[in-house]
Amino acid sequence: MSLRGAAAVVGVAEKAPQRYTGEETILELLSEAANDAIADAGFQHNQVDGLIVHPIGGLPGFVPATVAEFLGLQPTFAEVVDLGGATGAGMVWRAAAAIQSGMCTSCLCLTGTRRRRRTPRPAAKTDDIKTDDIKTDDFKTDKGASPERRQPRSIQPSRDRSPLAEFDSPYGMVGANVGYAMLATRYTHEYGLTDEQRAKVAVDQRKNANVNPAAIFHDQPLTIEEVLASEIICEPLHMLEIVMPAAGAAALLVTSANRVADARQAPAWVLGAGESVTHSSLAQAPGLDTTGIGIAAHAAFSQAGVQPSDVGLASLYDCYTIMVLLTLEAAGFCGRGEAGAFVQSHDMTYAGDFPLNTHGGQLSFGQAGMAGGMSHVTEAVRQIQGRAGDRQITGLELAYAHGNGGIIAEQAGLVFGAQR
Amino acid sequence: MSARLIPPVSELTRPYWDAASQHTLVLQHCEAEDKYVFPPRAHSPWGGGPLTWKPVSGKGTVYTYTVAHRPPHPVFADSCPMAIAIVELAEGPRMMSNIVHCDPADLQVGMAVQVAFEAIDDSDITLPVFEPA
Repeated sequence: MSLRGAAAVVGVAEKAPQRYTGEETILELLSEAANDAIADAGFQHNQVDGLIVHPIGGLPGFVPATVAEFLGLQPTFAEVVDLGGATGAGMVWRAAAAIQSGMCTSCLCLTGTRRRRRTPRPAAKTDDIKTDDIKTDDFKTDKGASPERRQPRSIQPSRDRSPLAEFDSPYGMVGANVGYAMLATRYTHEYGLTDEQRAKVAVDQRKNANVNPAAIFHDQPLTIEEVLASEIICEPLHMLEIVMPAAGAAALLVTSANRVADARQAPAWVLGAGESVTHSSLAQAPGLDTTGIGIAAHAAFSQAGVQPSDVGLASLYDCYTIMVLLTLEAAGFCGRGEAGAFVQSHDMTYAGDFPLNTHGGQLSFGQAGMAGGMSHVTEAVRQIQGRAGDRQITGLELAYAHGNGGIIAEQAGLVFGAQR
Repeated sequence: MSARLIPPVSELTRPYWDAASQHTLVLQHCEAEDKYVFPPRAHSPWGGGPLTWKPVSGKGTVYTYTVAHRPPHPVFADSCPMAIAIVELAEGPRMMSNIVHCDPADLQVGMAVQVAFEAIDDSDITLPVFEPA
């Protein structure tokens, strides 16, 4: 049994990432994206009988029911996906599987986050720290932290009783910067990697963002020198190698093969999918040669019956520059230890010989929570549909989208095709 | 030491923290597989068998590390730059830790380290950390 050709994405909507949202609630934000995706497909609400959402801050539970009622849906398939940055990609194959098994016929995959402007904190140590611009400001840890205090005092345990809170957080392994910095250190030790090679990823993606009006850094060119001149947050990672949190939403409508003809848009066929969850703490992760990245990617390519070299767009999760390099290698776009040389020797812009993250990636398009991971999927779909505007890849037949959650803990890969 | 996020100790994990307060590193051991387990579990991850606490050598090597220049959380504001590392213990398991008593410039993947113990401010918890061996 294979998912290949059972379903296709026929509707896409994205609320462009922005630094902050206004007064609207998360349900209003999701509703806008959902309605736009259904309209984009040319479908009616009563044709949507599947709904996939993710855990949402402010909604203590019952998320599918809450969202369904708000949208005016009564789905026969309702699901929550909780795979961090792999959530978006993980939603799409679940939608295809639910359709294939007869649980629904057209399924909405919905992601989004809002982000209120907060009163600026006093800087942690010096006045020149721009805590507003960096992921360290957004860690979902103890809200009881009291940064006003000159001398920090230890913080009593919060409601988080996970092993991470007990055995990782006390050491400063909090948020994601520390973990991806440690991955970069380890990769560099095993295979060799330069700061310039990592920076090239950010720079090529910025070139893509510069032709995507929806990208948060659409109007800001970037050079390798600027990346390397930016502050080192966690060695060896610089600020401009680190994704900037944003707000926004993204929705996809997936429908069955025999309903594709009803859609206004060309289908992006789901040809293959793979998933892997290998650990929670980075300390318990497999070695770099056996990550879940490769497990998910190889499963997706195998199900689709194609090779990495067959795809014309790599849409790869990029919370950090290093993540793109790890994925290029683990997914098989280049050989073991070759990722640094690979990015240096390829033009990864939409017009280049290896188009990668043509929307700008999260680094330059924006990371709107789970919609950030969904952006790699929406871009793959738009490119396959031939709707990518000035950054359209000519004659694209196959695209690969990859999602990654936690510190390389959760992985999901999707192969999309223009033909079934 | 300095301010920390205080670990939420449970009855399951209390032997680990009680031993740490006595400056001993203990891990659970799976008799069936003759392997050490970390972090603590209710049952062996290899087949669900019983686990017993045993002292370990406290010796290991740095598997990877970073030096955090920006505090990962405001509680670490006075601790940065701080060396955060994954240590691979001689008995097998890897654990998150800090490398102390070491110039960050001297840190290397593969360097030999040994366990040390530091009391967390404002708490009765002692945290296992590592220093160059």
